[in-house]
Amino acid sequence: MVRFHGVTKRYGDLTVLDTLDLEVGPHEKVAIIGPSGSGKTTLLRLLMTLEPIDAGVIEVDGQPLTHMLRNGELVAANAKYVRMMRGKIGMVFQHFNLFPHMTALQNCMEAPVHVLRVSKREAEERATSLLDMVGLADKISHYPSQLSGGQQQRVAIARALAMRPQVMLFDEVTSALDPELVGEVLQVIRQLGEAHPLTMLIVTHEMGFAKEFADRVCFFEAGKIVEQGPPEQVFGRPQHERTRAFLSAVLDLG
Amino acid sequence: MHRQLLAICSLASFAAGLSVASFAGFREFLPGLLAGAWVTLQITVAGCALAVVMGLIAGLCKLYGMLLLRWLAVAYIEVFRGTSALVQLFWLFFVLPHFGVHLSPMVVAIVALGLNVGAYGAEVVRGAILAVPRGQFEASIALNMSRLTMMWRIILPQAFVRMLPPWCNLFIELLKASALVSLITLSDLTFKAYQMNQTTFRTMEIFSLVLAIYLGISLLITLSMRMLEARASAGLARGRTG
Amino acid sequence: MEALVDWAFVWDILPLLARAALVTIEATLLGFGLAASLGLLLAIARMSHQPWIAWPVAGFIEFIRSTPLLVQLFFMFFVLPKFGIVMPAFLTGILGLGLHYSSYCAEVYRSGLENVPRGQWEAALALNLSLPRTYWDIVIPQAIPPVIPALGNYLVSLFKETPLLSAIAVLELMQTAKILGSEYFRYLEPITIVGLFFLGLSLLSAAAIRRVEHWLTTRRG
Repeated sequence: MVRFHGVTKRYGDLTVLDTLDLEVGPHEKVAIIGPSGSGKTTLLRLLMTLEPIDAGVIEVDGQPLTHMLRNGELVAANAKYVRMMRGKIGMVFQHFNLFPHMTALQNCMEAPVHVLRVSKREAEERATSLLDMVGLADKISHYPSQLSGGQQQRVAIARALAMRPQVMLFDEVTSALDPELVGEVLQVIRQLGEAHPLTMLIVTHEMGFAKEFADRVCFFEAGKIVEQGPPEQVFGRPQHERTRAFLSAVLDLG
Repeated sequence: MHRQLLAICSLASFAAGLSVASFAGFREFLPGLLAGAWVTLQITVAGCALAVVMGLIAGLCKLYGMLLLRWLAVAYIEVFRGTSALVQLFWLFFVLPHFGVHLSPMVVAIVALGLNVGAYGAEVVRGAILAVPRGQFEASIALNMSRLTMMWRIILPQAFVRMLPPWCNLFIELLKASALVSLITLSDLTFKAYQMNQTTFRTMEIFSLVLAIYLGISLLITLSMRMLEARASAGLARGRTG
Repeated sequence: MEALVDWAFVWDILPLLARAALVTIEATLLGFGLAASLGLLLAIARMSHQPWIAWPVAGFIEFIRSTPLLVQLFFMFFVLPKFGIVMPAFLTGILGLGLHYSSYCAEVYRSGLENVPRGQWEAALALNLSLPRTYWDIVIPQAIPPVIPALGNYLVSLFKETPLLSAIAVLELMQTAKILGSEYFRYLEPITIVGLFFLGLSLLSAAAIRRVEHWLTTRRG
């Protein structure tokens, strides 16, 4: 479903991702863990086309994301193509990024109406049912400033889902929340994973969640995947020393 | 706003002292001055409208335009900020006829003032858009919005509220600059005052009335902008995370 | 067909305009000198703890700031002689410019003074320094450097507003240009030259101010 071929990303002199290869199958739930600055967030941002890649190719659903084939060669794609491909991907941000001048309902309706050209009535129905699914049926007319962090993040999830993406990206979505609000968001993600045929990439520090929810765990460090595999293997029998060091540091604190 | 009230109070006490000396003078001059004030108001409102349009166009072009548009925007901003309103006013008034363009003094006044303040307004627009949190841009991209949809539905509505206080200051600057049109023979408030002074030489009374009227109009502008700001930020609840 | 620009005319009027430019620059420097010094006094007076000093000064500053410079110039031009103060228009112009911009400078100084940390005032008090000495040795030296760029901007603004003096018949650049224009029935060259002069100088000074700002921020750290 998603494939990274030799993807490199640099910020000035700093190489954040170094010829990364990664494959995520359809409907697969991948948890991405690792220390800060390891490139985990950059990975998601490149996939969401928020930043350009410096080398390599990203493929989604068998097609290149930001490149096109012309005469058998890969060249940078035009804006129209990228927008078409981008529609397959949805993202939930660490700091929610809800539109403050719109209610929860309007937040979830905005993109379907103006991008997918869905009718207002249809968008409203879908938005209402999504907000109901994330447990916010009674808050649809509230503004973000009237909602708690956990509630805002759940709206953000509903908003992303309204666009019917095939791949959902979660960028440390609970890191900015007070501890008691983390659970409700993780619960929503769990329900999502069970009910919908979505491919999910989840960058997280919630090791317990990663362990019981993910199909595969990738441990990232310094722009490269150090180790990956089923949760029982990565958490239970880590094979690399770096993985063990990271896990012991993190789980000691938890 | 309480600053302007302060200014009005100090002027009021000054005028009160004067009125003790000659109360009749105020009733004598007020009608003529108010006629001039009407012209001033018309020029100010029309000039402000033009300034907003130019500010929006130039600010957006400078931020997002293609190379040529961006260059034009920068040139416009630098030229109109680098020369004073009076120079621009005189240039349009005296030089345009040379090119065969004959505009009425009223139109010249509105165009000159609008273009002048619009150049400053462009920077206000730019600043307000850049102050919208990056996350809003990213969320819009993540939802696959087109550039146009993003600007129109998400970014500009949020930038709008931030723009209002600086625009209020610019509108008052335009009001002050409108006094200059008296120098191209427009019968605005200042021109009327000058005329009346030439005939009656009652400078103190005339000019303190004039200054009070200018202060009054600027208070009107500030009040309207404050009301606009209050309506626009309902639900926005600025100053919180998320 | 008549050429767009009469270059011979340009050549002829340049010396006259250059002389007038000197008047403009003189007016700018003198006017700003007044504005900068009076502004500091006003700012300090405004911060006084005696309300009967602070409030009138604050009212005065707001009043001057909120009303057109042109009206203030006319006011002074016509009123001062009535009180027996007769002076050349040039001086009246400088007075008007200086007074008007002293109110802007006062606001700039005020922000600079308010940004001096409370601790400095308290340390001076603890050392039993007198108020004037506190201001002169401790507060003002810290208040002024950060606001120099803002003051510089007002200097440029004042410079660009000197053409207003033409309204009270001061023979500066704009007045000279208008006279030349009406004498020779050609306004294009004189006024455009004046415009270019202002544009050029203001762009140069904007760059210079940015330099100063940069130097100040890197030096202070």
